[in-house]
Amino acid sequence: MSDEEDDIILSELNDEELVQQMFDDLYDGLKEEIEEGVNILLERKWEPYRILTEALVGGMTIVGADFRDGILFVPEVLLAANAMKGGMAILKPLLAETGAPRMGKMVIGTVKGDIHDIGKNLVSMMMEGAGFEVVDLGINNAVEAYMDAIKEEEPDILGMSALLTTTMPYMKVVIDTMVEMGIRDDYVVLVGGAPLNEEFGKAIGADAYCRDAAVAVETAKEFMSRKHNQLSA
Amino acid sequence: MSNALSRALETRDWLLADGATGTNLFNMGLQSGDAPEFWNEIEPDKIRALYRGAVDAGSDLFLTNSFGANASRLKLHDAGHRAYEFSKLAAELGREVADASDRDIIVAGSVGPTGEIMGAAGTLSHESAVEMFEETAKGLMDGGADVLWVETISAPEEFRAAAEAFANINAPWCGTMSFDTAGRTMMGVTSADMVKLVDELPNAPVAFGANCGVGASDLLRTIKGFVAQGTETPIISKGNAGIPKYVDGHIHYDGTPELMADYAVLARDTGAKIIGGCCGTMPNHLKAMRAALEERPKGEMPSLELIAEKIGGFSSESDGTGDSAAAPARRSRRRRS
Repeated sequence: MSDEEDDIILSELNDEELVQQMFDDLYDGLKEEIEEGVNILLERKWEPYRILTEALVGGMTIVGADFRDGILFVPEVLLAANAMKGGMAILKPLLAETGAPRMGKMVIGTVKGDIHDIGKNLVSMMMEGAGFEVVDLGINNAVEAYMDAIKEEEPDILGMSALLTTTMPYMKVVIDTMVEMGIRDDYVVLVGGAPLNEEFGKAIGADAYCRDAAVAVETAKEFMSRKHNQLSA
Repeated sequence: MSNALSRALETRDWLLADGATGTNLFNMGLQSGDAPEFWNEIEPDKIRALYRGAVDAGSDLFLTNSFGANASRLKLHDAGHRAYEFSKLAAELGREVADASDRDIIVAGSVGPTGEIMGAAGTLSHESAVEMFEETAKGLMDGGADVLWVETISAPEEFRAAAEAFANINAPWCGTMSFDTAGRTMMGVTSADMVKLVDELPNAPVAFGANCGVGASDLLRTIKGFVAQGTETPIISKGNAGIPKYVDGHIHYDGTPELMADYAVLARDTGAKIIGGCCGTMPNHLKAMRAALEERPKGEMPSLELIAEKIGGFSSESDGTGDSAAAPARRSRRRRS
């Protein structure tokens, strides 16, 4: 990657070449290059929303697909997501100013007793990469933490993650509490984590089990479009 | 280096390890989200019962209740400073149960992952990881463990850090990784990669292998992958008893004792020397496994087809090794001039 012949001057590329190059740089997890690319596009008067969707979301879609297909693994995806975050940090305030359309909002967290947040972080970053607003509650969340967060943040989606046999049943505790409070149907509940499977997701009353971060994004988009259809119907 | 496990491996064709820890503790009343390691202190009888369950069912070796006994995991429960203490207690209880048996029982000190990410994309440094593992390892050895046993690891960096920690205290050890993503670990390690990783360590483990992951079939495919590399180090096979299901408020694994008996025999035929279960494997499974290993003669290396026929199909077509690694290569990036 550091070969001289590979030295690319981003500002010398035309828009189309630059976006292609940003796809490549996201894939390689090159944060500084992504930040530079975002700034160049802003200088060229691209709308922040267009940079987000065409350059960043476009690039992360490729990363997501290769992760889903077993070509990339967690370390590469984390680096890609980290690069994307660099670009997002520049765009976020601008997006808020320009009132860009939103995909949806998600509150996500790893359940009580579980420290593992690799999968949850991936989902969080891939969701942001897909244009969702994400509120990340971190690890070790008791049911109260989830309830407080959804009350305050009013998300469309609640995501829960667990990596241990000893913590996965806790997802049911959270969902049962939502049912008791009569708010279960106000949210789309997505669950994930290594020991889970589709049947488990159904049995505990989640809307869907997501095998990996790429599937989580696809599933979230699907539920959001259903919701929009319902609203317009 | 002489230790109880190496000696047992010299005289036995196979050793039966234990089954699940979490699944068993749930059945004794552990609440989801609570750290099982506290029970070493407040419910020692239940931990003794857990160990005894494996020993009475015929296990030659069991793992201590210390999977989460590292500073990083215990921090969640405001007990980050108690890793040594909980590990030592876990091993002491183990030693007591093992010594009370009239058979030779090996106490393996379980060392679980830190749960943090190492390497380029991570936050945990090699030095901190070694320090954490060493603390747990010391507690286990001081409590009387025969051998250390790091398990459910997905990152090569973390495996190396654990090995270094064990070298620092000069303790014999075993290590298993979890291959749960289309035959690879979450971090992309294949069975062939792990053999290479193990061979390159300055302090070789007594045995290495795979635990947990997806189901018993996938696990045996991984064992085949180890054997294909021509490794001389004894191989460990600890597969889950099927797939977790949620039944009446509890997690239930759908693998029957009969299925696990078939799995145990297939694991031995594939080349594993230390055979046990992981999540969902209860004493009745272990009994069936022991009986099958004793009664059925050793057979030939099973084909993937035979494994699928006997205990079920695989979660993915390829496991990322050999000619079957049909997955397209990483795209070449930063290529334009």
